[in-house]
Amino acid sequence: MTAEKKAKCSTGLTGNIAVAYAMKQINPDVVAAYPITPSTTVVEEFSSYVADGAVTTELITVESEHSAMSACIGAAAAGARVMTATSSQGLALMWEMLYIASGMRLPIVMTCVNRALSAPLNIHCDHSDSMGARDSGWIQLYSETVQEAYDNVVQAVRIAEHGNLLLPVMVCLDGFITSHSIENLCVFDDDTVKGFIGEYKLNQPSLLDVEHPTSYGAVALPDSYIESRRQLAEAMINAKDVITDVAKEYEKVSGRHYGLMERYMMDDADAAIVIMSSAAGTTKVAVDEMRKRGLKVGLLKPRVFRPFPYIEIADALKNIKSVAVLDRADSYSSFGGPLFTEIRSSLYELDKRPKIISRIFGLGGREYGVQDAVKIFEELLKIKETGKVDKLYNYITVRE
Amino acid sequence: MATLKELTGKKELFAGGHRLCSGCGIPPIVRLILRSTEHPIVASTATGCLEVGTSIYPYTSWRIPWIHSAFENTAATISGIETAYRALKKRGRLPADKEIKFVAFGGDGGTYDIGLQALSGALERRHSFLYVCYDNGAYMNTGIQRSSSTPFGANTTTSPVGEVIPGKQEFRKDLTKIVIAHNVPYAAQASPHNWKDLNNKAQKALAINGPTFLNIISPCPLGWYTKPEESIEIAKVAVDTCFWPLYEVENSILKVNYKPKEKRAIEDWLKMQGRFKHLFLPNNKWMIDKFQEYINKEWERLLMLDGKQV
Ligand SMILES: Cc1ncc(C[n+]2csc(CCOP(=O)(O)OP(=O)(O)O)c2C)c(N)n1
Ligand code: SF4
Repeated sequence: MTAEKKAKCSTGLTGNIAVAYAMKQINPDVVAAYPITPSTTVVEEFSSYVADGAVTTELITVESEHSAMSACIGAAAAGARVMTATSSQGLALMWEMLYIASGMRLPIVMTCVNRALSAPLNIHCDHSDSMGARDSGWIQLYSETVQEAYDNVVQAVRIAEHGNLLLPVMVCLDGFITSHSIENLCVFDDDTVKGFIGEYKLNQPSLLDVEHPTSYGAVALPDSYIESRRQLAEAMINAKDVITDVAKEYEKVSGRHYGLMERYMMDDADAAIVIMSSAAGTTKVAVDEMRKRGLKVGLLKPRVFRPFPYIEIADALKNIKSVAVLDRADSYSSFGGPLFTEIRSSLYELDKRPKIISRIFGLGGREYGVQDAVKIFEELLKIKETGKVDKLYNYITVRE
Repeated sequence: MATLKELTGKKELFAGGHRLCSGCGIPPIVRLILRSTEHPIVASTATGCLEVGTSIYPYTSWRIPWIHSAFENTAATISGIETAYRALKKRGRLPADKEIKFVAFGGDGGTYDIGLQALSGALERRHSFLYVCYDNGAYMNTGIQRSSSTPFGANTTTSPVGEVIPGKQEFRKDLTKIVIAHNVPYAAQASPHNWKDLNNKAQKALAINGPTFLNIISPCPLGWYTKPEESIEIAKVAVDTCFWPLYEVENSILKVNYKPKEKRAIEDWLKMQGRFKHLFLPNNKWMIDKFQEYINKEWERLLMLDGKQV
């Protein structure tokens, strides 16, 4: 059977329902979650699957996100396949437990529907939440479309559970922009998902193996702590290959190609924007417009932010003259957004480095349009001409 | 109910060689709890003396599956484990007839204060587990800071006896009452000096399908400024003064398990401990009186509820 035949390719779903649908097909052993906009409908939809008997998952409706991640940790350590979803303040409340999940090497899969952090309170999209968790030892995949969100969730299970990794995975999609808008996408039939993810194979000791008692979360003094963290770092180094391999396998069954990043019109580009998630779609339209005007511009869309594919990114940017990294979050370093500083650092080894600027955009759901991208491209082309950067770090999409 | 001989004949699941202080109330409590069921037990522990003193890698005192994930969430962690147990049974990945018991341990800090939300959530969701609070009345592991369980008047590092404030000024939170308000099938207070009563309660709690709770007074020589060899005696006096009444609530009926023939004065308990030394200065006598008055009222209240539905 061809990939097309196994998939239904005209399914109109919102991003959150597509995620919930993927979760239904995965049918995890345990889901523990607490509601927060804009990820709430993931869990609402999943709860109705539970109520209808469409899945056999045990759902724990905990009293907070801190407990959601704690319960996920307990369940995963007990040998269950575990998933959850959250956003913003919810992810922030989990912060302590994110480190414990990765430190215990538990393959938990979580959807993060990106939303701004308080204060002021704002329920709309930016990446401050997941960027705040970027150093917690979780793999982070970012999704541009509903299709990608669905595909990333299915792949995340395989990535997390891979014997060389045992790392938790966060699948990010843009709050409201992707989570609540309906797109046509291809979804697999249940058996294809089941076949792709396989039966859960325990790669770590289980707390329920009472004949072989295991301790999780012991005290590690200075003579052993750093070794454990080093192992985590090494798993993260291995993750790049695992993510690539899983994507290749996924391509075989889906016909859809995924890698560490997507390059759009990059081969002969002079100027490029680097941007993640849904804003990449808007930027592609701007690229097309500029190309019609005969201007050589392109787009680089990282899909994987943790581990950070610095070699591949440097390679993709090595022939570009001027680059703008657009961050939907600031790190308040006064030096640029989190994606920017890592990309700038990735370029350091190049003999000939592009000029590079940091632009913060779209915080708290502020609209980012094709014209915003066009303006950036025009600025980049000017930088290419003059070789001069006026402002290294600046905000766009701001009322001034 | 098990005899002492039967209990001591059982396999020791909590190994010696741990790093808890000598005279600490925690080890006898944990040992007895782990002996109170025939079934295998999985335990989750909050951050605190118990965790730090028993799990310094590469050693462990736990001869059972054990997890410590953080300070405030031992109840949430056990919720996840217990749910996984049901999920895996349902899916045939664990034999249907395999019976495992789940216990969460927390100190008073990790239970009365920072962990109260997770505890309340887990009790409300009706997970099948026993929650054991070993209550030494302060944050001992971080150096004897006051908790909401710290007794009135106690000298701690965050409620020190100063020029104007003589120790802790509030009475302790009554957590057992709060737990009972969750309508759990079984909740009780116990003490390590009365092993029989404690064992009996743990057996009952562990046999029940649903959330159960034990609040156990746990003497701490370091934080109470007491002699290690007197710990068990001090626990007994806590019960005889009715500072720590032994009672249980089973299917909503409250039963006082021990009524001292003659209720001893709270002074008897206070004077055994360095943390209350300042109460015996003449100008602080009002504090002892106030303490006694409080205890009398609480004890009367408990006697009134004895045998009744709560
Ligand atoms: C979120 C968080 N805050 C603070 C701490 C520091 N801390 C560790 S143990 C502890 C006190 C534990 O007290 P208690 O629960 O009474 O147990 P004990 O040490 O007395 O056994 C504190 C404050 C922590 N580990 N985590
Ligand atoms: S400080 Fe107190 S509670 Fe902690 S181990 Fe020592 S005696 Fe036990």
